[in-house]
Amino acid sequence: MRDIGHDFLAQSLGKVIPLRSSLPEMTLEGVQYRASNQVQIDIPSLSISGRGISVILGPNGAGKSLLIRLMHGLISPHAGQVTYEGLPVSGKGRARQAMVFQKPVLLRRPVAANLKFALKFGDTPKSQFDDRIGALLELSGLADKKNQAARSLSGGEEQCLALACALARSPKILFLDEPTSSLDPNATHRIEAILHHASVLGVRIVMVSHSMAQAERLADEVLFISGGKLRDRLKVKEFFNGPTSLEAHTFLSGRLVP
Amino acid sequence: MTDFGDSLQLAMGLILSGDESLWAIVFLSLKVSLTAVAIAGLIGMPFGAFLAVMRFPGRGALVVVVNALMGLPPVVVGLSVYLMLSASGPFGVLQLLYTPSAMIVAQVLLVLPIVAALSRQVVEELYGEYREQFLSLGVAGLRTIPTLLWEGRFGLMTALLAGVGRAIAEVGAVMIVGGNINHVTRVMTTTIALETSKGDLGMALALGVVLIVLAISINVAMSLAARSSARYAYA
Repeated sequence: MRDIGHDFLAQSLGKVIPLRSSLPEMTLEGVQYRASNQVQIDIPSLSISGRGISVILGPNGAGKSLLIRLMHGLISPHAGQVTYEGLPVSGKGRARQAMVFQKPVLLRRPVAANLKFALKFGDTPKSQFDDRIGALLELSGLADKKNQAARSLSGGEEQCLALACALARSPKILFLDEPTSSLDPNATHRIEAILHHASVLGVRIVMVSHSMAQAERLADEVLFISGGKLRDRLKVKEFFNGPTSLEAHTFLSGRLVP
Repeated sequence: MTDFGDSLQLAMGLILSGDESLWAIVFLSLKVSLTAVAIAGLIGMPFGAFLAVMRFPGRGALVVVVNALMGLPPVVVGLSVYLMLSASGPFGVLQLLYTPSAMIVAQVLLVLPIVAALSRQVVEELYGEYREQFLSLGVAGLRTIPTLLWEGRFGLMTALLAGVGRAIAEVGAVMIVGGNINHVTRVMTTTIALETSKGDLGMALALGVVLIVLAISINVAMSLAARSSARYAYA
């Protein structure tokens, strides 16, 4: 992967993400999710709105992935509700949202065809497909590989393509589930740079991460969860200077979280 | 009584001399079986995908039934189609009995469960991989089927191959509904059965050789094509 020019990234992103006056508004109320008779997620109230990057931190099994799936409406809570701009997230509410998974999910088609597929289910007019695909290829650094089979790309390239596919829908809110957990520093850097610029353009980003360094680099705020409960929600500096909850404190000091 | 060597010599003679009646039979066999598989594919692949993707009461039972029907005995299918198409049957007015069309109908019924069951397996596996991604894109239910069928194109080739193997090799169904009429409905398998009982082992063996060579080469060709294109797409 070549070194990335930040102006260049911002420029190609600008072609994909439109200027918007309204910012997303997501609320969780009394949300509970159970699996095998155990409460896995229990969030009495949480709202995600405005600009910025929220990073969800927590130990393994804390429910980070479940929480992000509940927010995106991929799974439905057993109690309470998740609403996005006043609509239940499971139906129409999911428009203008996108998600990137831990393991990139790509179609068995060339790179450009993957982007086209993502555009097809968005609301981009067909006449703009080529321009969009061009910009997204530049963004993901895959312009010279647009005809290559998507699944023959390297892990880092695959995840960049998956991110480009998610951005193709020009989402107002973008969820990511540990997108860089198996990537090398180069690819991680590119993903983070794209996320940073997308956030500047007004895309709300909610990302699960297990890397505290990544949270420090990227996050505006940290949501710390353990045992399915939200323990802390703090500005990134405050969180790393001294979290309020015992669980986060234990996590940061490298001990086992109760 | 001719021995195997003499018969084989006779058989090779028939094949190499381009015996007209032999090749007409081979051609009809291919026409009937490939048409049947094409029709079964057009119905069976979307149906298999439907079973893989949709959730409805009775789906589990339906999957079991389709799987079980893969082992339908050809003679029973032949008999059922015969009853349907015979002059007194519900479709008797179509006058299809003892025509290649009747043979195609019977083979479609034989091949359909195989194509449907194998397609369901292929698509269900893919659906597990893509379900959340599709949901995230706002694509769910029936709308995922065309995409899944395309993504599963290499696995589905195998399902069709299994269908071709079944259709071209069966004798019971085409014998009953086709009637093994010379120059009209006589195919490789029915001819082999007939010539063997007549004692004309040369013709029977010649067709046997062609049948085996065809069955193997169709399989080899299709799986080579599937494999090389799968490698190309990194499926």
